Amino acid sequence: MTAETLYDKLWREHLVTQREDGTALIYVDRHLIHEVTSPQAFEGLRMAGRLPWRLDANLATPDHNVPTTSAERATGVEGILDPVSKLQVATLDDNCRDFDIVEFEINDARQGIVHVIGPELGATLPGMTVVCGDSHTSTHGALGALAHGIGTSEVEHVLATQCLVQKKMKNMLVKVNGRLGEGVTAKDVVLAIIGNIGTAGGTGYAIEFAGSVIAELSMEGRMTVCNMAIEAGARAGMVGVDEKTIDYVRGRPYAPTGEMWETAVQAWSHLHTDAGARFDRVVELEGGEIKPQVTWGTSPEMVLPIDACLPDPRDVEDDAQREGIERALSYMGLKAGQRLTEIQLDRVFIGSCTNSRIEDMRAAAAVVKGRRVSATVKQALVVPGSQAVKRQAEEEGLDKIFVEAGMEWREPGCSMCLAMNADKLGRGEHCASTSNRNFEGRQGIGGRTHLVSPAMAAAAAVAGHFVDVRELKTQGAQI
Amino acid sequence: MKAFTVLDGLVAPLDRANVDTDMIIPKQFLKSIKRSGFGPNLFDELRYLDEGYPGQDTDSRPVNPEFVLNNPRYKGASVLLARENFGCGSSREHAPWALEDFGFRCIIAPSFADIFFNNCFKNGVLPIVLDQALVQELFDQVEREQGFRLTIDLNTQTIKRARGAAIEFEVEGFRKHCLLHGLDDIGQTLQDADAIREYEAACRMRSPWLFDSIAGVQQ
Ligand code: SF4
Repeated sequence: MTAETLYDKLWREHLVTQREDGTALIYVDRHLIHEVTSPQAFEGLRMAGRLPWRLDANLATPDHNVPTTSAERATGVEGILDPVSKLQVATLDDNCRDFDIVEFEINDARQGIVHVIGPELGATLPGMTVVCGDSHTSTHGALGALAHGIGTSEVEHVLATQCLVQKKMKNMLVKVNGRLGEGVTAKDVVLAIIGNIGTAGGTGYAIEFAGSVIAELSMEGRMTVCNMAIEAGARAGMVGVDEKTIDYVRGRPYAPTGEMWETAVQAWSHLHTDAGARFDRVVELEGGEIKPQVTWGTSPEMVLPIDACLPDPRDVEDDAQREGIERALSYMGLKAGQRLTEIQLDRVFIGSCTNSRIEDMRAAAAVVKGRRVSATVKQALVVPGSQAVKRQAEEEGLDKIFVEAGMEWREPGCSMCLAMNADKLGRGEHCASTSNRNFEGRQGIGGRTHLVSPAMAAAAAVAGHFVDVRELKTQGAQI
Repeated sequence: MKAFTVLDGLVAPLDRANVDTDMIIPKQFLKSIKRSGFGPNLFDELRYLDEGYPGQDTDSRPVNPEFVLNNPRYKGASVLLARENFGCGSSREHAPWALEDFGFRCIIAPSFADIFFNNCFKNGVLPIVLDQALVQELFDQVEREQGFRLTIDLNTQTIKRARGAAIEFEVEGFRKHCLLHGLDDIGQTLQDADAIREYEAACRMRSPWLFDSIAGVQQ
């Protein structure tokens, strides 16, 4: 047999029919559902008089709209103050009830951001096809799964047929060699990758992340990397299955057990790229050269290492590029040539499906422990990605560290990642955010987002401006 | 879904690369549980000077005279001419819904983000990828010629204009077929229901853990 990439294998194993025009029907093993992109899909099913094809492949939870203060959360859906958000969450509950779909409701012990709870519960597994009406579904690829976002029409299509009409993507390998320096994290790696290939660099490709740096990353770190594959334009990002993957999945609530577990592990052992398999594009990065990253502009590719200065549009020859930089600098209220460390922060947000797992909470807590959030920072929010992360963090006493440092410890949800609930930036405010998008207005109209790792966000909270977290450490902190 | 056969439409230029879905339809409007009515909030933050919120009367809002779609010259446009990586960002289908609701049936750009591109076809909107140089030529032409229109014929895959050569474009066979006839994908796929069942049965044998019910398991 010819050597195959991981993506080739996952594609082949889920192929139901290949059509003459190059499209194919691909079978979907797990469909995650949330309140924002599903109401119109359920409505479509109703209007056509259709029922879901297979109930047990679906799993729903509200995450985008849910409030994160305990007061507002206390009474469940009823307590949501914004009537439009409330209707959307209630509609998800109604739809799941009507169609008999498993839903972890707003205050269920298993609720959380879809991309955090999937792997955490073992509801997404190696070798699966995972889809969700959300572009960051690429996260689940960290388990050696084929996972990508879909639109609402496709949500309806998956509900009705358990399949998707797809065209096979091209294969891209992003290899990160060597070793990361201390204080450099998965988030910095993926930001550096996006800085390298650009936000459209992965368009049309499924990206496999490999190399010694990726192998060394924890599963949480791999999820952070795969999460942002879409920010590099690739719908799907993935990492081959290894010991770490198996260890991570073992014992999760919905992971197979007993004999079935042994069979599954056996089946998963081939979920990696064969030696000699062909990639359409290969990009290599040196891990040792990656420094902590900060985005300065309005696209994730506008990213620089912490010790850099902002670009000067006058140095750029290409018209479109120059205009892009000028526009971004003006929106961000920044000056050409300014140092990243001079950017003053108004708010700090630690959370989102990119960085709200227990490891992220620990990394942030390690930096702020025994320190105080700068008086110039109006608000520092820490929002765990799921109820389980919240419980674990509280067991470890991390919540106390955050609160003592002057941060707010919240209930799980998407929160200020996209500001659909009350957590948002005011006009002109700068935010150090561990989320994944720094688009104009993403975190609130006129808000200015800088994407960073949890440790860098925590360090910025303490300093009131960006700092190199590695320097903080040399001043005696435990990172 | 509305069928797309021939479109003769006024062209509006949006001269900006990497237009993301947050820009096309800001998140506060995603709270709607409906599929229609997003047109008035298309490009909300660029189009209006105040902050938009769902359920507002958009007619009384102050508009941004600088924004191209507010220029009376492009009123009634149904073809949007755009730059690289149009529609990047989230998977929200609200973006093509808003474009369609506003009146756009065709978007021409040198490149599109994958998910957005895909979503367009499902909503009767035709995204056309043209060469960078051709797109530039069209931008120049829109600026020069008041009332610049294009006639887009999906069947023959050609774009015609009053001045200048006809332009051919690519579109995948299956997508073309569905768009031409306004066909719903689900109905098409269900014609393969037997194949899906067969696949499922084989998969259940091979990988039974994929069929474990989540419903019964408690944490
Ligand atoms: S955390 Fe942000 S990016 Fe992730 S699913 Fe929620 S809104 Fe989307």
